[in-house]
Amino acid sequence: MKHTRIHITGVGGQGTLLATGLIGEAGLIAGVNVNVSEVHGMAQRGGVVESAVTMGDIMSPIVSDGEADILLSFEPSETLRSAAKCSKVTTVITNSRPLHPFTVAIGKGVYPNIAEALERMRKRVKKLFAIDANACAHEAGSILSMNMVMLGAMAKHAELPITPEHLRQAIKENTKAKFLDINLKAFDLGYDT
Amino acid sequence: MNPILTPEAGQKHLLLGNLAIARGAIEAGVAFVTCYPGTPSSEIPDIFFQIEPETDIYFEYSTNEKVALEVGAGAAASGIRTLVAMKHVGLNVAADPLMTLAYLGVEGGMVIVVADDVSLFSSQNEQDDRFYGKLSNLPIMEPSSPAEAKEMVKYAFDLSEELKLPVIVRTTTRINHSSGIVTFGTLKTRVTRGKFIKDPTKKVAIPAVSRVLHRILLEKYDQAADLANSSDYNFISGQGKWGIITNGVSYAYTMDALADLNLGNQVAVLRLGFTHPFPKKLVQDFLRGKEKVLVVEELEPYMETEAKAAAYEACLKTPIAGKSEELFSRLYEFSPSMVRAKIASYFGSPYQAPIPIETSDLPDVPSRPPTLCAGCPHRSTLYSVKKIAGEDTIYPCDIGCYGLAYIPPLSASDYCICMGSSISSACGISRTTGRKAVAFIGDSTFFHSGMTGLVDAVHNKHNILVVILDNGTTAMTGHQINPGMDTKPLGRDKQRIKPEDVVRGLGVQDIHVVRPRNLKKTQETVKAAMQYEGVSVIISEEVCPLFARRIGEFPKRPVFQVDQDRCKNHRDCINYLACPAFYLEGEKVMIDPDLCIGCAVCSQVCPENAIRPVKKGE
Repeated sequence: MKHTRIHITGVGGQGTLLATGLIGEAGLIAGVNVNVSEVHGMAQRGGVVESAVTMGDIMSPIVSDGEADILLSFEPSETLRSAAKCSKVTTVITNSRPLHPFTVAIGKGVYPNIAEALERMRKRVKKLFAIDANACAHEAGSILSMNMVMLGAMAKHAELPITPEHLRQAIKENTKAKFLDINLKAFDLGYDT
Repeated sequence: MNPILTPEAGQKHLLLGNLAIARGAIEAGVAFVTCYPGTPSSEIPDIFFQIEPETDIYFEYSTNEKVALEVGAGAAASGIRTLVAMKHVGLNVAADPLMTLAYLGVEGGMVIVVADDVSLFSSQNEQDDRFYGKLSNLPIMEPSSPAEAKEMVKYAFDLSEELKLPVIVRTTTRINHSSGIVTFGTLKTRVTRGKFIKDPTKKVAIPAVSRVLHRILLEKYDQAADLANSSDYNFISGQGKWGIITNGVSYAYTMDALADLNLGNQVAVLRLGFTHPFPKKLVQDFLRGKEKVLVVEELEPYMETEAKAAAYEACLKTPIAGKSEELFSRLYEFSPSMVRAKIASYFGSPYQAPIPIETSDLPDVPSRPPTLCAGCPHRSTLYSVKKIAGEDTIYPCDIGCYGLAYIPPLSASDYCICMGSSISSACGISRTTGRKAVAFIGDSTFFHSGMTGLVDAVHNKHNILVVILDNGTTAMTGHQINPGMDTKPLGRDKQRIKPEDVVRGLGVQDIHVVRPRNLKKTQETVKAAMQYEGVSVIISEEVCPLFARRIGEFPKRPVFQVDQDRCKNHRDCINYLACPAFYLEGEKVMIDPDLCIGCAVCSQVCPENAIRPVKKGE
């Protein structure tokens, strides 16, 4: 049974759900079976946002612990929170730029030493690629394109049943014309970094 | 044209389950849609709201689910195909009309989509609404994917007209909020103009009529049971000495599990999509000759209990298992690996569970709970009320964004049951504790079911303060229309009913309207209201900033900063207000200019007046 399971995590407002949808659209363009799963409502108000894409010969739309082929994370502490989704065959693509939860921002929680923790994770998974996606997004022209940077990085570093061109096409067809140039540039920066 | 309306068949789209449901209804020629929004069902009405200007489909956000069902019933009684959508707990509100509408039946097809929130992602409970089928005797259909949801809704309209009964399509969050590839079909011609044919002996539910109608309903039930037994939505795949009966998204987990475990040629799967009336005969045939059967279903053992009863009636001894300590829980949603492990253990198949990486030595990650947005007017109101009414006052709260008042430091939610309960429960609390209780309720929730509680409070002379958090929209579920708001910015011309006028009309004497960002005036008002013996209402008016941004009416205001020379680190801003725009840089309190919306509330909280607007060029 040939399939790919992608678990996606981030923080409300980072554009994780748009990125999730674009992976799905790329699957549709590529003619690959896709199932996309997300959660709306209360869960989104500044909290953790988790979603999933499964592709290929598979019907389940969500990813169990230890079963992610790819963990795509938009925030490094969320990478740690979702670490149990990974096994030794998982490819982890993570943004390295912290976004402190409010509890930490006001001194009522401690943000972990991310670099050290990611190094530990790196030894336990197939591959871990960390990228300062915020910096690339700024370079592309808008911090809002950070999600596109992450898609580009995933297209480069993870094994997918779709090509980077399918993802580019999905971005062209499904994001606002006004932001298209920035989005494509951000995708390419993520791909080339 | 919105792509969901395209008349061309054959196109493939990646569609959210809720949009697939909407497309199914459109293909079926739906002409009348009502709802009350609620996660995970909200995208169904929202798409009809969007397309309303370009179609002749009538759509409304109704006052509540009971109203939605009754408005819909009137349309269906007039021969029009009608869709009514709500979340699982919404059907509790609509249960009264549901039960008797089943007696009356319908002329035009009526489909009621009910979305169960298994695992309570955004709900106050995780009840299993399949039991409304048993309670009402109405047919229930349950899709396993977005693609099937579209086809099923379409079929449900035909079924509804065949039986002359409303049909319930029951989904779960994993269907509503999953997307899959959906192929569009052709559109049936819409009939938008109906005719109500008078027939009091069939349409007026008085005892003499209903005695007859109940008998007719049971006849229709038998007819529906026959259809369920032969329905294409109840199908068997694979073969073998063992069996699995499953439904909904559990079917996806089951099929993946059987492939992973190589059990495809040993386990036959009976997937039930037409689950009520329970297809007893079909299940009996399936059980016959099986060594043992496992029922894979989330929440309550509905199919399991029915299958066991069916087996008993047919004198079948086939062991049937489902919910138990060792197998499936009645709590929360399933996961693919959990279902795989239970199937392997039940059928004694060798199985290596997935091995997650070692995480015990990874650092603890600080929690990231959802929170009220930066500049949210609810925060200012809750802060002011608590500052005056104090820690000892009891604060019944309601369903909406302000439910996040539960989280410290606001901690302004002491009791919450369901939509509208804040006002009525405050009455009971104040009467028995001898203290004025303070209820918080949003504008949409007030119209939904707060008004009746307020009538009770006035009539029975309770001593409560009701704070209506009027942010001019139904924010939590995605900024839908409600009766209290100005709909012109959304390009609609609905009659606005101001909460203040309603409150006055309901006989409240002590009424105040405040702008919550003026803390001093708000707090003076709260003080006066707390001293009033009887029912006080404060309407706290300030538009939701997210909504203001969406409709392009977000005022450009300077953001604020902390004057580090004046700041003495009292941290009242952080400790009592806790707006997420604050952060610490070392020991210094800072304001994130990207998050601050310039509401100026924190500047009124600071005892040193150290928070001031950023001037141009600063």
